[in-house]
Amino acid sequence: MDLSLIIMQLLSGIALGAVLVITALGLTIVFGMLGVVNFAHGALFMIGAYAGLYLASLTGSFWWGLLLAPILIGAFGMLIEFVLIRRLYGRSIDDPLLLTFGLSYILVEAVRIVFGSDGIPFPTPPQLIGVLDLGVGFFPRYRLFVIALVAAVLVVLWLALEKTRIGLIVRAGARDPTIMQVLGVDIGRVWLAIFGLGVGLAALGGVLAGPMRSVNPEMGSLVLAEAFVVTVIGGLGSIVGAVVAGLMIGISISLVALFAPEMATIVMFALMAVVLLIRPEGLFGVRGRTV
Amino acid sequence: MPKSGSTPKITRRTALAGLAASAALLAMPRLGRAAEETIRIGFPTPLTGPFAAEARDQVKCAELAVKLVNDKGGIGGRKVELLVRDDKLNAGEAATRTLELIEKDKVHAVVGALSSAVQLAVNEVTRARGVIYVSISQSDTINEAKDFSKYTFHEALNPHMTTAAVARQTLKKGMKVAHLVADYAYGHEMLRGFKRAQTAIGADNVGEILHPFGAADYSTFMPRLMSMRPDVLCISNFGRDQANAIKQAVDFGVKQQMKIVVPVILHNQRLAVGPDVFEGVVGGANYYWGLETQSKSAAAFNAAFKAANGGAIPTDYGAYGYSGVGSLLAAMQTAGGTDTDKVVDALEKLQYDLTKGPQHYRKCDHQSVQSVLVLESKKKSAMANDNDLFAILANDSGSDDMLRSCSELGHAT
Amino acid sequence: MTSPSSGEAVAEPASNGLGWLLEQRVLLSIAVLAVLPWLLPSQALAVNVLIYGVVVMGYNLLFGYTGLLSFGQAAFFGAGAYFTGIAIGRYGVPWFAAVPIAVLFSTCLAALIGIVSTRTRGIYFSMVTLALAQLVYYVALQASSFTGGENGLRGFTVDRINPFGLQVNFLDPVNKYYVLMAFAALAMWFQSRILNSPFGAVIEAVRENEQRARACGYDVERSKLIVFMLSGAISSLGGCMLALHLSIVPLDILHYQTSGMIVMMVLLGGARSFFGPFVGAAAFLILEDVISVWTPHWQLFVGAIFVLFVLFLPKGIWGTLLDTLRVGKARS
Repeated sequence: MDLSLIIMQLLSGIALGAVLVITALGLTIVFGMLGVVNFAHGALFMIGAYAGLYLASLTGSFWWGLLLAPILIGAFGMLIEFVLIRRLYGRSIDDPLLLTFGLSYILVEAVRIVFGSDGIPFPTPPQLIGVLDLGVGFFPRYRLFVIALVAAVLVVLWLALEKTRIGLIVRAGARDPTIMQVLGVDIGRVWLAIFGLGVGLAALGGVLAGPMRSVNPEMGSLVLAEAFVVTVIGGLGSIVGAVVAGLMIGISISLVALFAPEMATIVMFALMAVVLLIRPEGLFGVRGRTV
Repeated sequence: MPKSGSTPKITRRTALAGLAASAALLAMPRLGRAAEETIRIGFPTPLTGPFAAEARDQVKCAELAVKLVNDKGGIGGRKVELLVRDDKLNAGEAATRTLELIEKDKVHAVVGALSSAVQLAVNEVTRARGVIYVSISQSDTINEAKDFSKYTFHEALNPHMTTAAVARQTLKKGMKVAHLVADYAYGHEMLRGFKRAQTAIGADNVGEILHPFGAADYSTFMPRLMSMRPDVLCISNFGRDQANAIKQAVDFGVKQQMKIVVPVILHNQRLAVGPDVFEGVVGGANYYWGLETQSKSAAAFNAAFKAANGGAIPTDYGAYGYSGVGSLLAAMQTAGGTDTDKVVDALEKLQYDLTKGPQHYRKCDHQSVQSVLVLESKKKSAMANDNDLFAILANDSGSDDMLRSCSELGHAT
Repeated sequence: MTSPSSGEAVAEPASNGLGWLLEQRVLLSIAVLAVLPWLLPSQALAVNVLIYGVVVMGYNLLFGYTGLLSFGQAAFFGAGAYFTGIAIGRYGVPWFAAVPIAVLFSTCLAALIGIVSTRTRGIYFSMVTLALAQLVYYVALQASSFTGGENGLRGFTVDRINPFGLQVNFLDPVNKYYVLMAFAALAMWFQSRILNSPFGAVIEAVRENEQRARACGYDVERSKLIVFMLSGAISSLGGCMLALHLSIVPLDILHYQTSGMIVMMVLLGGARSFFGPFVGAAAFLILEDVISVWTPHWQLFVGAIFVLFVLFLPKGIWGTLLDTLRVGKARS
């Protein structure tokens, strides 16, 4: 097998991994800070794609859709936190999970009512149509853009969490919310913002995936399962874990596709089972953390 | 949707009394229906789920077929009623709904389904109970002796027929052909059909890649497909898998290197993905409204459908609903009623022409012998209007030679 | 473990009428199920209530009584169905032998999944069970020579059975219902025995406080694994019933949406109540049946009702009803 094919394969694995990272990131951040597993994450990913498509056709530009959809859906996420999830803090840890599970049914069906149950075409932005010659082969411009954008989002997130005062509050709040309240921080507002951020990231993932896949009401359900696997392998609540696991899975799927393509879906579940046997808390998870 | 009337209530009450007295395991005496006034046709179809649009078209067309018969006074003076049920594209749900249709609504026959798995599930339920089932979903499996029964009829095309017709139009001797195939029964059936046709034509197989059924991302298969350097890429999958695979192949610049060919090109899928992605893609079909310029039957069917549905055009899978129900009702006319054996006999002898030209059910496997269209998706600028999606490359008229032989399918000849 | 139980896990002293009634829960439940086909609009719906009731009852052991929120119960439901179908169709095993064989094999599968998943805790457990069940789904999809793959498993129709020398037409919906009800009765008796046994008290203790249970000297990990297997075994019996009922096994039975449906049913009916699963299964299926006739957007209503239950009625229909009755009793 020649080298250029393997390089191309690696590259498509990284592009695939980038989408996985962005979808898993929101899930893991919300879990890390709030201890809430958002089962509606896949549905919000799908809604993000629809919102991006709608805003893009409204403004006539993909870029406005890409910018506005995550903000709009993120705000919608804050509404969900404020109206529904907030009531469940202090109750069983399963309750927010169950609530968001029910919510995902409502969201998917609402989209079917508004946009119909068929898929809708999501055109690739004109600047990014076509392939780029990388010397070893041709690669779609749009996928290269996705890799770059995800990398940029990761850098911004990392800077915000590590280098700013707000980041400090957020990190401390994740470790011990009670102390933070004693110190006079309104932890409710932090949680509201974090939930909004998580949902906004899901929506961003949806908009980015739109031009690569057909946009339809069921597109979130597969994504949810994938995002779960990534977060479990990486360690729930760990941002670094999500990044490493997302890329690892993307590349594994891609390499398996070379040798046993029909196994491409199974491989990520198998990978997860192996990781769990060796490290039940995931690669970057904190041992003993149970919720 | 009208549920059956008052008779079952009596059954229920009678049986309740009996239940208190005796061991409930014994068979309940079933009260026969006094006068069988209406003919009831069960119609399971996926009104919810990814093929809801196709399913709605199927229902509209099936209702049209029923209406046309009722307008002419029904069958032997009896009105026909269509009982539509949502099978949710789920084989278990479909089997349950079919049981309900047979046990509670006492339907005389079942027509419908829109997936390989669902039709096989419905068939399993109907054949065990001796109820006629006309399947309107594609499959090779249902023709084979293992799933066949004298009550099973298959109005839809099968992968063997469509792949052969598409290959005849697109493959030439010495061409290099690669395959991207969904790894499940229907995908394998399509691959088998293409390979058989390409061998006969003398084209070379340069490789085949199986992809997981229902995958959302196909990018990881593209570098390898490109490295095979084929002239034609056959994508053997269906519905959204097909839409995603073609879209991503186009993103990778596949179309600049090779022609993309699919066994079945779907009207609604083309609408869902858009003209640019599908431009130049060739695929088979049972029906396309544009056939009206070549076929009087198609023109009549289009006109009737437009009149009943506010000017809309019928789609490929909708046409199956029309011809599936239409052929069954025609056979009931001949049989003079709903006696199962007589209707089966009439269906086997039936010659019908409802949407596109002559059709008949082959004796051994009850597969409908019919014409196959080969369509090419039009460039956006070449479309005269929003419905002008395809150009008709070929219209192969039906013959028994298109099908696998009865002995190959395991039927006694 | 002597703490007052809020459900009916530990048999209560028969000091009042309600307590006595609850002690007869198995017989009462069977009595209700016996008249079910005549109360519901169709036999097919009644059989589904029976089947899903058993599946959800098995799940209730894990989620309700032990407090482990699994999102992978479909794996055992499906395994029971597949093993039954394969045993009958491929190996010609008679149906009455196929059922115990299928339950046995499914329990082994539950042991395998349990060994991996019960090592994890809390939310992790939910996600791991979900992912492992998806793995089972993909394996069933790939192993099409055994399972029929996406086309589903066919070719094992049981149309005639001979219990105690009787000739019974199994295609008759009424006969089929009562034969399957016998299985459901067996499952209920088994579950009731588990809950009344010392092991029932152990899992109750694990749910209430894992640390304390461990301090009391219980082997928490082993108990969790056992309860996972028992739960899988009971749910797989529901799968066997489905295979006998439909004569097909649809691949969708293994999909995680089936698991989600099981979770919804147990919450609608009432987790940690003996008859709740059947109430939940009936409520969900009737709701779906009624609403889907009226609008194709039934999932919107099912989702909304579920959300309302999580927010305001976490004990479900049956659990809330029992609580109300108890409060009434205490006042009088």
